[in-house]
Amino acid sequence: MRTAWIRTLTEIAARDPRVCLVVGDLGYTVVEGFVEQCPGQYVNAGVAEQNMTGLAAGMALSGKIVFTYSIANFPVLRCLEQVRNDVCYHGANVKVVSIGGGYTYGSLGVTHHGTEELAVMRTLPGMTVVAPGDPVEAALATRALVERPGPAYVRLGKAGEPVIHEEEPDFEIGRPIEVRSGADLAILTTGGVLGLGVEAAELLQARGIDAGVHSVHTLKPLDEARILSLARGTGHVVTLEEHSRLGGLGGAVAEVLAEAGVAGLRFRRLGLPDGFATDIGSQAYMRERAGLTPKHVAAEIQRLIRDRAPPPRGSA
Amino acid sequence: MATPAETEALATRLRATSLRMVARANASHIGSCLSMADVLAVLYGHVLRVRPDEPVWEDRDRVIVSKGHAAAIVYAVLAERGFFPPELLETYGDDGCPFPGHVTHTKVPGVEVSTGSLGHGLPIAAGMAIAGKRDRATHRIVTVLSDGELDEGSVWEATLFAGHHGLDNLVAIVDYNKIQSFGTVEEVLDLHPLADKFRAFGWSVREVDGHDHGALHEALGTLPFESGRPSCLVAHTIKGKGVSFMENDNAWHYRAPKGGQLDQALAELGVAP
Repeated sequence: MRTAWIRTLTEIAARDPRVCLVVGDLGYTVVEGFVEQCPGQYVNAGVAEQNMTGLAAGMALSGKIVFTYSIANFPVLRCLEQVRNDVCYHGANVKVVSIGGGYTYGSLGVTHHGTEELAVMRTLPGMTVVAPGDPVEAALATRALVERPGPAYVRLGKAGEPVIHEEEPDFEIGRPIEVRSGADLAILTTGGVLGLGVEAAELLQARGIDAGVHSVHTLKPLDEARILSLARGTGHVVTLEEHSRLGGLGGAVAEVLAEAGVAGLRFRRLGLPDGFATDIGSQAYMRERAGLTPKHVAAEIQRLIRDRAPPPRGSA
Repeated sequence: MATPAETEALATRLRATSLRMVARANASHIGSCLSMADVLAVLYGHVLRVRPDEPVWEDRDRVIVSKGHAAAIVYAVLAERGFFPPELLETYGDDGCPFPGHVTHTKVPGVEVSTGSLGHGLPIAAGMAIAGKRDRATHRIVTVLSDGELDEGSVWEATLFAGHHGLDNLVAIVDYNKIQSFGTVEEVLDLHPLADKFRAFGWSVREVDGHDHGALHEALGTLPFESGRPSCLVAHTIKGKGVSFMENDNAWHYRAPKGGQLDQALAELGVAP
């Protein structure tokens, strides 16, 4: 996804001198192409994310379209007040890009796990929150966000994520993409677990459960109407994200479903438990430990469909 | 352009207006406003290229008052310069008024950026400066900071950045009144030697008596101070300057003048009540 993003950004920046990239001293083997082609549009702010964000706001208020870039929580939590006050409150045209959402950098330790930031970004007024599901969505989202003035947060994986969309989908900020239709259940995913959702749906198909999969690449604005329509149509909704079960996609969808009161609806949030990881390893290992595998997700969904009683609290 | 005598008169009017505003609204921060009056008067009366009837004129000098708590006097100087009708200031402190207690951009022309959480202004100014440099723009970006504000690490991130990139279209003025919100600067986090710190970060620094208009006119006469370096003016000031019973008394960071205190203050300024 990172490659798709920077390649798209560089193409756009080469033609549009307003597009700028401000990095927090990161981007080795990633941003060199941008730097070479558009040196006057590049700034390395150093390991100083509060200044990085303030700079971006100042540049945006001077007519630029600015992308900031760092890893996991650094461009968002470290400088949250700058994102809130300087970017969001001024409606500044700044897109905050975080590489390494979820457990992308699993083995590097808890400081590099981006597992709560979707919830935080979602509550900021004026913030558009996007977590593309695959590299194709990442490229399309980049293009769409350049066209859409105002603050945005983009959570990307890293590299090597599977391409789910073999053909370019019709992409619009705020509109989920139906990747697989299904009458029994709607699996809503955000971010790089789109592939996981699809694999789980395939396992479920073999067990006679017809699960739809929808990439909710835009967490904010959330397409409430679509979500309610899927809920009413299927009677079963599951959210899936490499993020805490608190406040991310699961939280956002729960808010909508609870207020709308869809009769007879069964709903589960699948994501990371509320806790720092006690074990570290590769992303695949971390996902396995957290129950984010096709097998485990399919099993949870089967339980949702069969069981009448709600699942015990605290389970992933 | 104005003479020192003219900007002195302006500063007196700004002090008087701020006192009236703060008294009526029962607001805080009058001490912080009064220490900055002369710097603001010289900036808006003499130095800055702005067009009150065209607040977003492309080539305007950008001003960011990073010490956003000194809001009353910022609104006062903008009204004085004609950015909006001065009668509007009488609503300061009223429910629904366009004047939040920290400088806010949303309803008042002439305010570039909302501040109030210290440490945000200089990074934003640096961003405007680097954009301006790359666009070969001729406008300056001036930011006014408090001394307490220099406790914030983000200020030093921006200071390092601006010095490194030689942003000579950037001017930082420190209202160095030596008192912060819960003690003197010396007691809380001593900044001395302050000018040396900015020099060490690659800035060109001048120190000035922040209440001497002749000296302020001279210090801000050529901008940048040195080509290729951002400029820092350390303005030595007195918190509460202009009102004898407010000077150097930190209660006036918080307290509003009551009863006869307002009249007494105005009398000291030589202004009719």
